[in-house]
Amino acid sequence: MRELAWLIPLFPFAAFGLIVAFGRRLPGQGAYVAVGSLAIAAVLSLGIFAEMLTGAGPLDHNVRWMVLGSLPLDLGVQVDPLTTVMLLVVTVVGSMIFIYSIGYMHGDPRYPRFFAYLSLFAGSMLLLVLANNLLFLYVGWELVGLCSYLLIGFWFERPAAARASMKAFVTTRVGDFFMFLGLLLVFFHLGTFRFEEIFTKVSGGALSGTVGGLPLVSLAAVLLFGGAVGKSAQFPLHTWLPDAMEGPTPVSALIHAATMVAAGVYMVARTYTLFLASPGWAALEVVAYIGGITALMAATMGVVQDDIKRVLAYSTISQLGLMMMGLGAGGYTAGMFHLMTHAFFKALLFLGAGSVIHAMHTNDIKAMGGLARSMPATYWSFLVGALALSGVFPFAGFWSKDEILAEALHRSPVLFALGALTSFLTAFYMFRVVFYTFAGTPCGHHPHESPPVMTRPLWVLAAFSAVVGLVGAPLPGGSPFHHFLHLEGVEAVPFDAGLALISLGIAGAGILAAAAVYHWRVVPSQSLRRAAGPLYGLVVHKYYVDELYAVLFVRPTVAAARYLRTFDVYVVDMLVNLFGYLGVGLARLYRVFDLYVVDGIVNLLGWVVKAMGSTFRYVQTGRAQNYLLAIALGVIVLWVAGLVR
Amino acid sequence: MQVGLLHYLVVSALLFCLGLYGVLTRRNTVAILMGIELMLNAANINLVAFNKYVAPGALSGQIFALVVITLAAAEAGVGLALVMAAYRNLETVHVDEINIMKW
Repeated sequence: MRELAWLIPLFPFAAFGLIVAFGRRLPGQGAYVAVGSLAIAAVLSLGIFAEMLTGAGPLDHNVRWMVLGSLPLDLGVQVDPLTTVMLLVVTVVGSMIFIYSIGYMHGDPRYPRFFAYLSLFAGSMLLLVLANNLLFLYVGWELVGLCSYLLIGFWFERPAAARASMKAFVTTRVGDFFMFLGLLLVFFHLGTFRFEEIFTKVSGGALSGTVGGLPLVSLAAVLLFGGAVGKSAQFPLHTWLPDAMEGPTPVSALIHAATMVAAGVYMVARTYTLFLASPGWAALEVVAYIGGITALMAATMGVVQDDIKRVLAYSTISQLGLMMMGLGAGGYTAGMFHLMTHAFFKALLFLGAGSVIHAMHTNDIKAMGGLARSMPATYWSFLVGALALSGVFPFAGFWSKDEILAEALHRSPVLFALGALTSFLTAFYMFRVVFYTFAGTPCGHHPHESPPVMTRPLWVLAAFSAVVGLVGAPLPGGSPFHHFLHLEGVEAVPFDAGLALISLGIAGAGILAAAAVYHWRVVPSQSLRRAAGPLYGLVVHKYYVDELYAVLFVRPTVAAARYLRTFDVYVVDMLVNLFGYLGVGLARLYRVFDLYVVDGIVNLLGWVVKAMGSTFRYVQTGRAQNYLLAIALGVIVLWVAGLVR
Repeated sequence: MQVGLLHYLVVSALLFCLGLYGVLTRRNTVAILMGIELMLNAANINLVAFNKYVAPGALSGQIFALVVITLAAAEAGVGLALVMAAYRNLETVHVDEINIMKW
């Protein structure tokens, strides 16, 4: 089964090709093809997972692609526990979201195209996950970026969506630039892109030099992390993700919650050996603090959002920050575990939000209320997702978040404080949404529950969100997930019941606080806002990061572009026009020459021939006697000439 | 005065020139035919004169003259027949007026 791993990305790619070529003529207007291809990929992934569970070792299937000078470039797939986990997440969550999209996108004028893009995304993501070298990881990385761009701007008639897609693409590109530098650094110093060889060489002491006082290996790791900062929307490149919510909700669930944004976390985990090799764990320190800061910042911003999808977007940023913090704190397994659980419950939450939006035709949670009665399936599954995200026992988020907090506490109290505060805020904003949306007085009209094609994926994902955390539970003999996925040389912090109680307490406090403010209204939210004062202003304006970027980068760029446009219009265009006029002038000159000289010569020849003809035609009298005379005279002339000679 | 080859040749040349002149200048077809006869007979004089003075033992000059006379007779017959045919159709024997084949 593992030998067939290279087939997995090909199915969605093939679906993409089919849908692009045949579109509406396919079964289900292409949707069934997309779902089917991903389902096959999911079955293959499950098979691989089963094989790995039964103790099969990792597999590296490598093909030489080409040789640059003496440096080989490889093309290959790698199957190890890390890949397997990602494969499962992408294919299982992806399949659910594909099925959900059949209902959500129903009646959209570009319905087949949506599934084409989704398939392309799934294929690219699987390529990213399976790649056994940095280069092909990068290829997949850019392809998912492209799909993200296409899907955020899927409703490109809306200017906000078009702008958001551009913003997402450009912002992630900034990170990708650093990642590319990191790639080149690694390739030039180690001469290979393959993970295995890179790790062997780095462990063997390659990359131990310094450049400008910085150890090369730390520099390479931090540069690669730059890509993750862009892709996983970490501070300071987090601004694109909330705007990306302009895309259709299934896209937000698949790309901007479960899979693509987690690619950054996956990449850090994949190149973890590189990060570990950095002296004094400097690179990991950077990862941990960027993650922690992002987690807290995004959580605070999530509290003040009224758009249900934006709350979830900030929550995603915050959770990605937590994963990064977990990885940075040395919790290789903890970070990946949280990635997996988060994929399930965040996809669930987004799909639930999509179901609500589908029924209410608005994103504003303050315009909703009392939906629990009219949309029970959505309500219960959303509640499971919210409990999982808040970290309530025994739902998925509890186990993974607890592990990250344990790792953070083990590393530094500052990180723990960031994580704990984030957890509190997470529970708070999630239940703020739950209370605003599902509790309280019902709003004006009577919304209907979504069709089964949408609610059934919710149930499946809710079931996963409820139980998937148990694979990381500290059973006797260690947690199964740790047993399955771990890195040699990285010791996981053991489970600590006291800490787990504290984290549960934090989550409970968050939920209670939200209930106090938004359900029982013991403390009206207005007075809270007033009490927070300038802090509230700061948060509601998203720490002015967008404004800062506008002043620092966007406006100078636009201004420069304007100036360059002026230059183009007046100088470059003028030059071009000048050449044009020059050409026209020359052509006029040549025309005169042609008319009077060339044509003149031709006409002259004609005229001469004609004149000669009309002169000599009189010779042709048609009288035989004249010809005879000419002959006689000719004979005489010849005779005389003969005499004279 | 002894009559020699030169005398014959001069007579012959004069006769030829007269014939040629007739052929070139006359418009009457019969006259042109007569001119042609003159030119042929001038040639005959030349032939027999040369035969007599240059190669007295040979007969080829005499025989050639006889052939030319035969030819001249045939020519006159065909030519006069043509003239008759033309006259019947066109009621003229003037070469300038016989021009229906001319474009």
